[in-house]
Amino acid sequence: MSIKINETVCNGCGGAEESFCVRVCPGDLLKLSAGGKAAIRDPRDCWDCAACVKACPRQAIEMYLPAQIGGRGATLKAKTGRDKIIWTLKHPEGREEVFEIEAEKVI
Amino acid sequence: MSDKISKVVIDTDLLIIGGGAAGCYAAVVAKETNPSIDVTIMEKAHIERSGCLAAGINAINAYLNPGETSETFLEYVKKDSSGLVRDDLVYTIAEGLNEVTRKVESWGLPILKDEEGNYVARGKRSIRINGERFKPIIARAALQSGTRILNRVAATNYIVVDNRVVGAYGLGVRDGKFYIIRAKGVICATGGAAGIYRPNNDGSASHKMWYSPFNTGTGYAMGIRAGAEMTGFEMRFIALRVKDTIAPTGTLAQGVSAPQINAKGEKYLQRWGKATTPQRLQATLEENQAGRGPCYLDTSHLTPQQANSLKEAYLNMCPGMVLAWADYGVEPNKPLEIGGSEPYIVGGHTQSGYWVDIHRRTTLAGLYAAGDVAGGSPKKYVTGCFVEGKLAAQAALEYIKGVELTGPSPEEAEMEIRRVFAPLRVEQGFLPTELEEALQKLMDEYAGGIGSGYLLNEEKLLIAREKLVALKEQAHQLTARDSHDLVLAHEVIDRIDVARVLVEHLLHRKETRWPCYQTRTDFPQRDDENWLKFVNSVYDPVNDGIRMVERELIVLSS
Repeated sequence: MSIKINETVCNGCGGAEESFCVRVCPGDLLKLSAGGKAAIRDPRDCWDCAACVKACPRQAIEMYLPAQIGGRGATLKAKTGRDKIIWTLKHPEGREEVFEIEAEKVI
Repeated sequence: MSDKISKVVIDTDLLIIGGGAAGCYAAVVAKETNPSIDVTIMEKAHIERSGCLAAGINAINAYLNPGETSETFLEYVKKDSSGLVRDDLVYTIAEGLNEVTRKVESWGLPILKDEEGNYVARGKRSIRINGERFKPIIARAALQSGTRILNRVAATNYIVVDNRVVGAYGLGVRDGKFYIIRAKGVICATGGAAGIYRPNNDGSASHKMWYSPFNTGTGYAMGIRAGAEMTGFEMRFIALRVKDTIAPTGTLAQGVSAPQINAKGEKYLQRWGKATTPQRLQATLEENQAGRGPCYLDTSHLTPQQANSLKEAYLNMCPGMVLAWADYGVEPNKPLEIGGSEPYIVGGHTQSGYWVDIHRRTTLAGLYAAGDVAGGSPKKYVTGCFVEGKLAAQAALEYIKGVELTGPSPEEAEMEIRRVFAPLRVEQGFLPTELEEALQKLMDEYAGGIGSGYLLNEEKLLIAREKLVALKEQAHQLTARDSHDLVLAHEVIDRIDVARVLVEHLLHRKETRWPCYQTRTDFPQRDDENWLKFVNSVYDPVNDGIRMVERELIVLSS
């Protein structure tokens, strides 16, 4: 499990005291690179909690599975609002599946 | 050396180490009970998403639904744990489960209710929640309580003066400073230990595990090094999970009634009667050994609507599962292969941890323990961690009334600075990952990891003991380039200390009490006559020895 950060979309949360992804990672795995973009120290250390994916205000972070347990091209992104999270699951063949999960809804 | 290291001294009334479920709850209770005291949470990451609840969870599994009582809860936990638990601890947890659940609901946790407003039962002791924001919700409660939150400070050792715990030392994860937190009382709530055994997946997926890989046993290690009595380390926890993604199975087994089947389609648990938690795992191992694997959770009966709900449920707690379905081009109605995780040391599911009394007082004056780091009470889960946080806070507040702040001598602080920052001065040494791999390999091969079918015997454990002593020596050659590395280095050192105690516990219990969790091939039977008792240990820093202690089971009379 790990994440990919889209460097053209990431702006390092310019202006924020600390980038949101850097703040929430429970393993302190993210940092800002010299270019001011978020970067993961070592993709092997990622737990798959998705805290950074959900915290990114620009949806610059997507998660994927490493090849040994998947890795055929599926990715997940999240757009977090006050009342819901909109997840976009991209299937390997390119099809997108969207899930809107309300924060108050118990599944 | 210490001249170059900046020191930060903070004084507080009550120091809580670890800002997870138990720690945040303890802080809120402490501030509610006495708003005038100063409470500090020391947290290695940032409390918003730190610890076990980072991804979220979708059920509370320790709650007394109608018909359940504290007595039936104790009876269940005890039966599931082969008759050996601390009745007093489990009972006091049961007494508080429903109160803490209502309280976190009042903080904003959504819980599924029926039309009359009653919680909907998922099982006898389980209710459904939307726990995606569980951690931010309790973190906010801790913040709003007026607790001081010290994010990015990793605890390294307790400060002990005259046999009392009077605070803790810490390492600034970002600022590289040395923290001396002086406190009248201390609650340890750091969580348990992952990463002691070689994990299910290798390399790029090595952190794809059940327990938080960032819970590295520091709370145990600090207690061990300070001479606290520890209990039940030999009752390891091994989770039955979806293979590869290590996703939770309760959502399938309990949530959508998916039975465990073998490769022939047989419901193999039927042969076991009412299987306990370890038996459900043991049965799966035996099916594989008998050539009837792999085993699955049979979800083939799911409707398309249930399948979609399942994806949503997993997005709220384990999104990797949803990725796996997409990667393999299948829907959740394809049966999911299951298997055992690597072993963990965790007091919230099994019972490894500090030996505490009913007030969650450890054997060290001034130190309390709550949550996964506290021993003797399995199956406490998140709500039990809250209850223990509450009990520890209440008792600690009473204790600190008569206590004056004190601190370490400059010499003692200097010794800890040298120990903590030593890896920065080692140039050609071992990177933390190298020694982590060494630890995980030896524990896997000689102390019953997945690679050895979880099986234990004396000869192999003695090899593990010897290798751990050598590894501890090698740990003096750990090298670190920055403070992030430095934390990783100490996480390895802490796990070596925990592993050494674990191996002594595994050696000491000469019976098999908990199949898989603790299977001694040289003592394959459960032996109530000799071993229906607790195996405890105390580390002696002077001689670097571990003294074993046996404690009798005390049955709580009804």
